[in-house]
Amino acid sequence: MKQAELLIIGGGPAGLCAAISAASSGANVLVAERNKNLGGQLVKQTHMFFGSEKQYASTRGIDITGILLNELSKYKENVEIMTDTTIVGMFEDGVVTALHKEDNYFKIKPDAVVVATGAFEKALAFPNNDLPGIYGAGAVQTLMNVYGVKPGNKVLMVGAGNIGLIVSYQLMQAGVEVSAILDAAPRIGGYLVHASKIRRMGVPILTSHTVKEAIGKEFLEKAIVCQVDDKFNQIEGTEIEFDVDVMCISVGLTPLNELLSMRGCQMKYVPQLSGIVPLRNENYETTIENVFAAGDTTGVEEASAAMVEGYLAGLCAAAKIGHMTDDFEERKNDYVKQLESLRSGPVGKHILSGIEQIVIKGEQYV
Amino acid sequence: MRIEQHPILQFHKGKKLKFTFNGEEVEGFEGETIAAALHAAGVKVLGRSLFLHRPRGFYCAIGNCSSCLMTVNGKANVKTCVTDLEEGMVVETQEGKGVII
Repeated sequence: MKQAELLIIGGGPAGLCAAISAASSGANVLVAERNKNLGGQLVKQTHMFFGSEKQYASTRGIDITGILLNELSKYKENVEIMTDTTIVGMFEDGVVTALHKEDNYFKIKPDAVVVATGAFEKALAFPNNDLPGIYGAGAVQTLMNVYGVKPGNKVLMVGAGNIGLIVSYQLMQAGVEVSAILDAAPRIGGYLVHASKIRRMGVPILTSHTVKEAIGKEFLEKAIVCQVDDKFNQIEGTEIEFDVDVMCISVGLTPLNELLSMRGCQMKYVPQLSGIVPLRNENYETTIENVFAAGDTTGVEEASAAMVEGYLAGLCAAAKIGHMTDDFEERKNDYVKQLESLRSGPVGKHILSGIEQIVIKGEQYV
Repeated sequence: MRIEQHPILQFHKGKKLKFTFNGEEVEGFEGETIAAALHAAGVKVLGRSLFLHRPRGFYCAIGNCSSCLMTVNGKANVKTCVTDLEEGMVVETQEGKGVII
C-alpha cells in the first residue's frame, strides 16, 4: 500500500495547480496522470489564453504546462509525480487503486484526494455518425498540433463555440480547407473575435443549421446539412451537400465523473455545467469528507477557470489535512476573486447559474 | 498527410520506425501514437464494430472512447490513440471482442 498525504488525480491544468498550491502549503503530494505527459489538453492548445495575467492570458496553452511544471519543481521534496498511472477505483474505506503502465496494479491510502479528471468530448446523433473521418474536434487538434498529421483535406466543423472556432482556425494554419462551420443555435456561441477571424478567411458560419446525414461506405465522403427552425426541427428542402472527408464534432464536453460517482459523492445533472457533477462546498470539497474536486470534472469551463479552481481546491485540501498556512484566507480570497472575474461575462453568468445548484453553503470544514 | 509548414509549431520528428499494418509495411516516427502514424499513412479504418461490423476510426484521440481498439503484437483491445509506436510492431485490425487471456 502506497502512502500519500494528498493524492491528486489528473495532471492537467486543474491537477497541476492543485499540486502547486498544496505543495506550497507544505503537504506531501502525489500526482497520478494516466497519460505519459503532464499538462492534459494544454498540449494541443496553440491559441493564446484570455483572462488576466494570473491565468497566463496572452500565453499560448502549449507554453503554460512548462510554466506550471517549473513552478511545481520548486517543491521537489514533497511532490511525487506518476505518469502512465490510471486511477481505476476509489473505495469506501478510502483506498484508491491504480494501474501503472499495463500490468502494475497497486493501492494508495491518501488522507485526502483532489479529483481533477477533466472532461471528454460529446458526440452528436445523426445517421452514420460513426463513420471514420468523423472525429471529435479535440481529437483533430491532437492529431494536428501534437503529431503534425492532417486529419484530411476538407473539413466540416459542427459547432461554433470557442473550440469549433479555434480548431477551424488551427486547421487552416495547418493547411487544411474548412468548408463551413455549422451551429444549430441561432447565434454563434464562441467569442466574436474568433468568429470574425474565421469569416475574414472566407469560411461561412451557418447558424440554425445541423447535420442531417453523413454519407460514405468505409469512411466519410459527404455530409448533408440542413436548416433547423426555432425548435431545432429540421426544415425539409433546405439541404446543402458538402464534399468533405472530415467532420469535426464540437458540441461541447461533458465531465469525467466516474471516480466521484464510484466513491459515492452526491452527484447532480446540471445542464449549465454540461453534465453530471458533484455537489460541493465553497472549498471544492464534495459530500464525501476529504474528497475534493476541481476543474472540468466539476463543470465544463475553460482551462483558465480550471487552473484557479485547482489552486483553490489544493489550498483547501492541504489545510483540511493539517497544512493551514498563515496566508490561507488571503490566498483563498484571491482565488475566489479571480474566479468571479473570469465568470463576469455572459458565459460566466450561465456557468454561475449552474454552480448555484451544486454549492452547499455553510459546510466548510476548514 | 503530414503538416509540412506551420506558423506556430515546429514538429520535431523522432527516428523513423517501421511497423506492419495487416501484414503490410508502414513507416512512422518515434514519439507518435500508432493511430497517428496510421492516419499519416492514410489508414482511417482501424477496426469493425462488434455486431454490425461497421468501420471504426478513432474519435477522441485521448484514450476515452474505445473507438480505436486494435490488436497489437497479438494483444487485443490496445488503445492505439494513446499507445506509442515501436519499431517492428505488428498492428492488426481487430475482429470482434478480441481475446485477452
